[in-house]
Amino acid sequence: MKQNSLNGWFKSGAPGVWISGGAVSIAVIMTIGLLAVIAVRGLGHFWPADLIHASYDVPGQANHLVIGEVVQKEQVPRERLKSAGLPVPDQGPEFMTRELIKVGNRDLNGTDFTWIVGEWLTNQTTPPELMAIERREWGNFYGYLVNVKENGKVIAEGEAAWPELQARVARVNELAAQLKSLEKVDIGAINAGLERIRLQGRKLELSGKLDAAAQADMDADRAELNARYQDIEARLAELHAQFNRDSLTARDANGKEVVIDIGKVVHAFQPNAMGTFTKIGFYFSKVWEFLSDDPREANTEGGIFPAIFGTVMMTLIMAMIVTPFGVLAAVYLREYAKQNTLTRIIRIAVNNLAGVPAIVYGVFGLGFFVYVLGGSVDRLFFPEALPAPTFGTPGLLWASLTLALLAVPVVIVATEEGLARIPRTVREGSLALGATKAETLWKIVLPMASPAMMTGMILAVARAAGEVAPLMLVGVVKLAPSLPLDGNYPYLHLDQKIMHLGFHIYDVGFQSPNVEAARPLVYATAFLLVLVIATLNLSAVYIRNHLREKYKALDS
Amino acid sequence: MNDLANAPMTTNPPKRIDFNTPELQRKRRIRALKDRFTRWYVLIGGLAVLAAITLIFFFLAYVVAPLFKGADLQAQDAITPAWMQDAGKPLMISLEEQNQVAMRVSDKGQALFFDIDSGAELKRVDLPVPAGASVTAIGKDQPGQPLVAVGFSNGQALVFRHTYKVSYPDGKKTISPAIEYPYGEAPIALNEAGVTLEHVSLNATDSTLMLVGSSGSQLNVLSLTSEENMMTGEVTSEQKRIDLPQMTEPVKNIFVDPRQQWLYVINGRAQADVFSLRDKSLNGRYKLLENGDDQITASAQLVGGISLILGDSRGGLAQWFMARDADGESRLKQIRTFQMGDTPIVEITAEERRKGFVALDASGKLGVFHSTAHRTLLVDQVVDGQGLFGLSPRANRIIVEQGGKLQPLLLENPHPEVSWSALWSKVWYENYDEPKYVWQSTAANTDFEPKMSLAPLTFGTLKAAFYAMLLAAPLAVAAAIYTAYFMAPSLRRKVKPVIELMEAMPTVILGFFAGLFLAPYVEGHLPGIFSLLMLLPIGILLAGFIFSRLPESIRLKVPDGWESAILIPVILFIGWLSLYMSPYMENWFFGGDMRMWISHDLGITYDQRNALVVGLAMGFAVIPNIYSIAEDAVFSVPRGLTLGSLALGATPWQTMTRVVILTASPGIFSALMIGMGRAVGETMIVLMATGNTPVMEMNLFEGLRTLAANVAVEMPESEVGGSHYRVLFLSALVLLLFTFVMNTLAELIRQRLRKKYSSL
Repeated sequence: MKQNSLNGWFKSGAPGVWISGGAVSIAVIMTIGLLAVIAVRGLGHFWPADLIHASYDVPGQANHLVIGEVVQKEQVPRERLKSAGLPVPDQGPEFMTRELIKVGNRDLNGTDFTWIVGEWLTNQTTPPELMAIERREWGNFYGYLVNVKENGKVIAEGEAAWPELQARVARVNELAAQLKSLEKVDIGAINAGLERIRLQGRKLELSGKLDAAAQADMDADRAELNARYQDIEARLAELHAQFNRDSLTARDANGKEVVIDIGKVVHAFQPNAMGTFTKIGFYFSKVWEFLSDDPREANTEGGIFPAIFGTVMMTLIMAMIVTPFGVLAAVYLREYAKQNTLTRIIRIAVNNLAGVPAIVYGVFGLGFFVYVLGGSVDRLFFPEALPAPTFGTPGLLWASLTLALLAVPVVIVATEEGLARIPRTVREGSLALGATKAETLWKIVLPMASPAMMTGMILAVARAAGEVAPLMLVGVVKLAPSLPLDGNYPYLHLDQKIMHLGFHIYDVGFQSPNVEAARPLVYATAFLLVLVIATLNLSAVYIRNHLREKYKALDS
Repeated sequence: MNDLANAPMTTNPPKRIDFNTPELQRKRRIRALKDRFTRWYVLIGGLAVLAAITLIFFFLAYVVAPLFKGADLQAQDAITPAWMQDAGKPLMISLEEQNQVAMRVSDKGQALFFDIDSGAELKRVDLPVPAGASVTAIGKDQPGQPLVAVGFSNGQALVFRHTYKVSYPDGKKTISPAIEYPYGEAPIALNEAGVTLEHVSLNATDSTLMLVGSSGSQLNVLSLTSEENMMTGEVTSEQKRIDLPQMTEPVKNIFVDPRQQWLYVINGRAQADVFSLRDKSLNGRYKLLENGDDQITASAQLVGGISLILGDSRGGLAQWFMARDADGESRLKQIRTFQMGDTPIVEITAEERRKGFVALDASGKLGVFHSTAHRTLLVDQVVDGQGLFGLSPRANRIIVEQGGKLQPLLLENPHPEVSWSALWSKVWYENYDEPKYVWQSTAANTDFEPKMSLAPLTFGTLKAAFYAMLLAAPLAVAAAIYTAYFMAPSLRRKVKPVIELMEAMPTVILGFFAGLFLAPYVEGHLPGIFSLLMLLPIGILLAGFIFSRLPESIRLKVPDGWESAILIPVILFIGWLSLYMSPYMENWFFGGDMRMWISHDLGITYDQRNALVVGLAMGFAVIPNIYSIAEDAVFSVPRGLTLGSLALGATPWQTMTRVVILTASPGIFSALMIGMGRAVGETMIVLMATGNTPVMEMNLFEGLRTLAANVAVEMPESEVGGSHYRVLFLSALVLLLFTFVMNTLAELIRQRLRKKYSSL
C-alpha cells in the first residue's frame, strides 16, 4: 500500500514540481543569504565590541596575558589542531574552539590578529578602564591608560587622565584638519600654479615666442608663489610642533609601558565602559567617518570618501554622455530608419553588444581611447607637457567614455522599448493635425518616452557603477593623490586617475598586505555598493512598472 | 498668424482663412527646414553611435592584424666604399645598437669601423697579430655579447671586445667605436704545439672565460678563471686546460653552452659530438642529417645559447637542443626544421633579443625565421652569389658584403614570435623535455623565450564556464519552469524582483565574496558542501512526499503554486544540518581533515581558490541571465496549448514535460547559450576566486586562468604595440567573437520562436 502510493506519487509528476519549486527557493535563499552575510559583516565592523583581558595558557609553555577583541569563533576537530602542531592533549573532546582575536599593537606584536585555542583562555575579564586607541598608523592599540604628558611633563594621572586625554585628542583632530587643509588645498594650489607656469613657459618656447619680457613675467609669478609657499611652510612647521606636543603613556597586556604621541591618535575609547546608547552613537559616528574620510594605512583603515566621489563623478560623466547618444540611436532605429533586414541586423547587434564581456570594452578603451585618441589629443593640444602624457594615459574621461560605450546598448534597448510602446494612433493623430515629423517627435513622442529613457539611464548607471574589469585598464587606481574636482584651474580634472568603489573592493581584498585587518572594511564597502546598485535597479523597475500601467490606460 | 482668434465671434459667415500669407509661408518653410534638419541630425547621430559600437570589432582586428603579417625587407642602394680595395677577405660584420656604425673584421687582422649609411670609414684598428702569423679563425660569443675571439696560424688566439660610446658634443649625437682587450693584448696560446687554429669559440661569464679552438680534429679547451681578492682588490687569473676525449673527424664548428655545461662540436659531414664540460666526458655522438650525402654547412647558437641552428647543403635548417629523454638522460634532439631554398646555407646569425635568426644561402637568398613560432617570415634574393652579412642588435638592419660591395637592407619584422601554431598547438620550448601548452608571457631576463599559447587560457575559460553551467543550468531552468508555469501569480510578483536583484549584483562583489568568504569556508566544510549537494534533492522530494501524506485539512490551507515557500524552511534546515554535521563527517570518514585526505590519500592537488568555488560563484552570476530568458520563453507558450493538453487529461507535469518544454525548448536553449556567453566573458569573479594559474587540468580542486582574467592581469604591464600586447588584444577579440556568435545565435532562435508563438 505504502509502496504503491509512493509509486503513484512519483507517477503523478509531483516530484518534478517540487524539485523545480526547490530551485526557485534555492535561488532566493542564495541571493538573500549573500546580501545578509555582506550586510552583517559590513555593518558589524563599526560596532565597538567589548575588549577582553585574559590569560592564555598553552600547555607546556609559560602563560601570557592577552588583551583584545574576539572577532571569530569556530569549532575545529581536535585532530586538525594536532596536525597543525599545537600541543593538544591526546584525550579529550572531539572538537575544540578556535578563536581569532584582534590583539592590535602591531608595532609591538608584529601582527594585529592571532588565532588561539579557546579552551586555553582563562581568567577572562572585561575591565571597564580597558582602552582602545585608533591610531593614524600601526593600527589599533589596546591597553590601559597610565598618564598624559605635555612636552614630556606628566599632566594627569589615574582617574583624571581619561578626560584629559579626550580633550587633547579633540584638539589634535582639530589641528589635523587644519594641517590637511593647508597641505591639500593651499600647497596644492601653489603646486598647480607652478606647474601651469612651467607649461606656459614650455609652450612659449615651443612656439618660439619666449622672450625676455615673458620670462621676467613668469619669474615674477614664480617668485610670488614661492614666497607664498615659504609662508605656508612656516605655518605648517608651527602646526606640526603644536601637533606633536602631547603624548600619553599606556600599559599593554603584559605590563609594558609604551609612550604614544597624541598626534597619532584618531580616537581613544573604552568600549567596556560604554552603555548601549553610547555605543549606538559611537557606531553612527564611525559609519559617518567611513563614508566621509580619506583612507589610511594602504586603504586598510579610515574611510572611502575618494572612492565614493570617484565612482559618482565617473558615473555622472558617463550618464551625461550615454543618455543623449543612446536616445539618438534609438530614435534613429525606431522612428527614422526603414524597418528592413539591415535594421533588424543592427538591432540584433546592438542587443548582443550588451552581452559582450566588459573586459573587451576595457581593452578597446585602453587601445583606442587612451593610446590612439589620448595620444593624438596630447600631440595636438598639450605638446608643452610631453613626453609626460596628459590625456594619453588612463584617466577619468577615458574611464567614463569606456563605460558609456559599454552601457549605450542598455539605453538604446530601453528607449526603443519605450518608443515601441507608444501607440501608433498618438503619432498619427499628431501628424494628421499637421505637425511635422520633427515636431511630433519633440512634442509628443519624446515626452511620452521619457520615463523609458529614464529607466534606460538608471539601468546604464547601475551597470556602470558595478563594473570593474574595464576600469582596471582605463583609469582607476588604488590610491589617487587628489580628487578630480577641486579649486585649482580647470577645476574638473578629466585627465586625472580616480578611485572606485568596486576596484577598492578588489584591491583591498586581494592586493593588500594586511587582508585580515582590511576584510571588514571590504565587506562594508561591498555593502555600500550593493545598496547603491540595488536602489538604482529597484527604482528602474518601479519606473518601468509605472510606465506599463500608464500605457495600458492609453491602449484601451 | 491669422486673425481668426482675435476676430470677434459674430454670426457673420466665417471669413476664409488665407494660408498663403508670406508670413505663414515663411513659417512653413522654417518648420520644414527644422524637420529636415532633425532628420539629418538623427540620421547622422544615430549612425555615428552605431558606427562607434562596431568600431570595437574593427579596432581590435586592426591591432591584432600585424601579428600575422610576415617580415618586410627593403633593399637600399649598394655602396662600394673606397676602403674596400685593400680590405682583405671579410670574416665578420657586426652592427651596433643605434644602426649607425658597423664593424668589419678581415683576415688581415684589421677591424674597420664604417658608417652604415654612407659606407665611409670611421676608424681602423690593427689587431695585435703575432709576428709571422695570420688570422685563420674567428668566433663570436653568444648573440648580444660583444666578445670576439680570433685564432691565428701559430695556434694562438686573441680575445677582444668592440664597444660604442655615445656622446653629444655640441648637441650632436656621436658614436665613437673602440676595441678593448679585456683579457690582455697578448695572444693566448691555445694550441700548445703551434698548429694553425681552424675554428675558435668562446663563452664568458662574470668570472670564467671558456676558450675553445680546433686544429683538424684536435680540440683545445682552455678555461680562464679570474678572481678578485676581496681584501686587496687584486685580480688573479688562473688558466686551466680541460682534456676531452679525442675526436676522429675534422671539426667544422664549436659552441659552448652559456652555463658552461656542454660543448657542442660539429664535425665530419653531418655529425655532432656533445661533451659534458662538468665531468669531461662524451655525452653522445649525434647524426644530424638523414641523408648521408648532405652535410652541415653553417651553424649558430640562438640567443641564450641553448639552441643550435644548423644549416645544411640542401638549404634546410634545423633547431636542436639538449632535452631529457624517457630515462632522464640529456640528449641533443632535433626540435623543428625549416626549408629555405635548395642551395647550401652559408651563414646563420641569431637575433640578439628574440629567438629568431637570419640565414643566407650560396645563391644570395636571405631568409628570416623564428624558432618558437616555427615561422618562415621571409625568403628573398638580396645579392647574387655567396656573401657575408651582419645583423643589427634590434634585428632591423642587415648589411651583406658580396663581391666587394656592401648591400644595406632594412628589415621590418615586428612580431615574429606569434603564429597560429604557437598560439594553439603544443610547442617544444627550450629547457622543456617535450612539447607543451604553456602560457608564460614575461620573465625578468632578456634571453627569455615568451611562451604564448592561448590553449591553457581557453581551456581555463571553458573549464570555469563548464562548472558554472553545471550549477546554473539545472537550477535556473528548473526555477524558470516553476515560476512561469506552476507558481502562484502573487508569489511570482515577489520572486521576480529578487532574481532581478540577483542579476544586478556587481560581479566584483561576487568575486570578493567567493575569494574571501566562500573559498576558505568551502575548504573547511568540504564534506558539508558535498552532502548538501546530495541531500538537497532528496530532502526536497521527501518534504514533498510528506506534504502529500498530510491530512487534507492542512494541505488545502496552502494554495497551489506555493511549494517554493514551503520549501524555504526545509532547504534552510538541510543546509544547516549538512554544514553542522560537516566536522563530524570529517572526523568519522576523513581523519579530521578532508582537504588533507584529498591531497594525501587521493593524490589530487587542492588549491584553496579552485574551480569548485568559481563554479559556485559564477553559477550564481549566471543563474539570473538564464532564468529571465527561459522564464520568458516558458511563460509565453500559448495558453491554448497547455489548456488543450490538460483538457485531454494530462497531469500538469505531463503537460509541462511533453508540451510546454518541447515548445519552449529553443528559448531555453538560447537562454543557456546566453548564460554560457556570460560565463565565458566574466572577469572579476575568476580573477578573485581562482589562483590564476594557467594550468590544463580538469581537476575540480585546482585553479585556472581564463582569457578575460589574463587580459585584466597582464594588460596594464604589456608594452604598447608589442607582440604580448597584440596577443592580449587577440584574446579579447576571441572573447568578443565567441560571445557575439553565441548571443546572435541565441537571439535568432528567440526571434524564430516568437514568430512561431504568434502564429499558434
